[in-house]
Amino acid sequence: MTEILAVTDLTMRFGGLTAVNALSFLARQGEITSVIGPNGAGKTTVFNCITGFYRPTSGRIALTHPDGVAFELQTLPGHRIARRARVARTFQNIRLFAGMTVLENLLVAQHNLLMPNVASGLLSVFGLGGYARAETLAITQARAWLTRIGLLARADDPAGALPYGDQRRLEIARAMCTGPVLLCLDEPAAGLNPRESDALASLLKSIQADGCSILLIEHDMGVVMRISDHIVVLDHGKPIADGTPADIRADPAVIAAYLGEGDEDDVDAPMGSGGIAA
Amino acid sequence: MSLLKLEGVTAFYGAIQALRGVDLDVAQGEIVTLIGANGAGKSTLMMTICGSPHARDGRITYDGTDITQAPTHEIMRMGMAQAPEGRRIFARMTVQENLLMGAEVVQMRNYERLRDQVFHLFPRLKERLTQRGGTLSGGEQQMLAIGRALMSQPRLLLLDEPSLGLAPLVVRQIFGAIRQLNQDEGLTVLLVEQNAYQALRLAHRGYVLVNGAITMAGPGAELLARPEIRAAYLEGAH
Repeated sequence: MTEILAVTDLTMRFGGLTAVNALSFLARQGEITSVIGPNGAGKTTVFNCITGFYRPTSGRIALTHPDGVAFELQTLPGHRIARRARVARTFQNIRLFAGMTVLENLLVAQHNLLMPNVASGLLSVFGLGGYARAETLAITQARAWLTRIGLLARADDPAGALPYGDQRRLEIARAMCTGPVLLCLDEPAAGLNPRESDALASLLKSIQADGCSILLIEHDMGVVMRISDHIVVLDHGKPIADGTPADIRADPAVIAAYLGEGDEDDVDAPMGSGGIAA
Repeated sequence: MSLLKLEGVTAFYGAIQALRGVDLDVAQGEIVTLIGANGAGKSTLMMTICGSPHARDGRITYDGTDITQAPTHEIMRMGMAQAPEGRRIFARMTVQENLLMGAEVVQMRNYERLRDQVFHLFPRLKERLTQRGGTLSGGEQQMLAIGRALMSQPRLLLLDEPSLGLAPLVVRQIFGAIRQLNQDEGLTVLLVEQNAYQALRLAHRGYVLVNGAITMAGPGAELLARPEIRAAYLEGAH
């Protein structure tokens, strides 16, 4: 299968701190690729490089659309990565427009679709042009997504008033309204209870079934192991493992650095001895 | 004896009622967990205990003292600390300065010893000591928020979703540390956690919060065994 994303020798330094160190990995088209690893391993930094929030110190990030058109993301500004290269993302700390309604959040995502129609919007004053049609289309798409994530009834409520789990799903719907070929999700299951995580996993599988490739950062191993086609494990900005969920689960280096030994629900004592409080 | 007691506590955000007459108590030396869906009011309850917002009706007593209308800083000085939801660290201060802020209420007597104990739990914070909080990764910020709370040597520790955004190995270490602090040092803990399974296994007792009201309470193991709890909060976990 062909790759959608090829990261080659990616390095990102902040002053003396090397957050990502000569990292290479592939994400294949139509797959869910997960990036896991200890806290501070550089996972979000990689996302920020892919989506243009950071300009990498060195290295290449090549994105290839299903139709063969290719982009060098490290050379593009963020808004072009979103619009032309069609890479969308969500954030670890939810960044919705809290004061806008749920529906408006999804319409803002379709700004690019509506912008070429501003001129025709002026024409529409005289009953001409395509602005009204484009706007209707945007609303139709937004409502379809709200139906899909079960939030249609909350369409006119401020986004900030939604419970946390709903805000997470809305952020994903907002990203999807930009029509991406690659969706990058930064810890979408954080703060969700097991039930909500289940629903999230199903949503991601359905997005994959629609043909969108997914890059996923997540610590909820229940979600990661269930839906990933392929997992890349980072530690200190470098890959320590790369393989299928079964490979990763059994990898001694991953168990030592990240997963820990034994039953997932066991509670371990902290390393060494001695407590915290007085 | 109750270290913390809530009687008929209500709280509002403007006209919206977030808590509807909550009764809850936490005995000295207990680990108590609060479970509930997103939006049930768990974080509001944690913040109301700390006086932000203040309860509108009802009474909150801590160690026999009525703290219902006490200002937050006074409540903290009485030996309560909270690691709030969402990593509210001081982003422009260094890791070291954040920890100093936590220790401020104990007048720095034991700063170095407490700090070393936090480093023991989160070695990563030691590596990041002179970095600004805002430059830490999300998970590292969560470690810092918990470490800062521990720096005040609290008698009662309020932990709001400590596992959020942390690697599986670190989550286990935190839960292990909570149990150890409780057993060895008698630290009393009120814990909000989405991972209800782990939380109920760790806790002596649990409360279930639904739409701002307590609907069920009991020993952790007992709640874990109830089919309605399994269906509502544990389904999908296994």
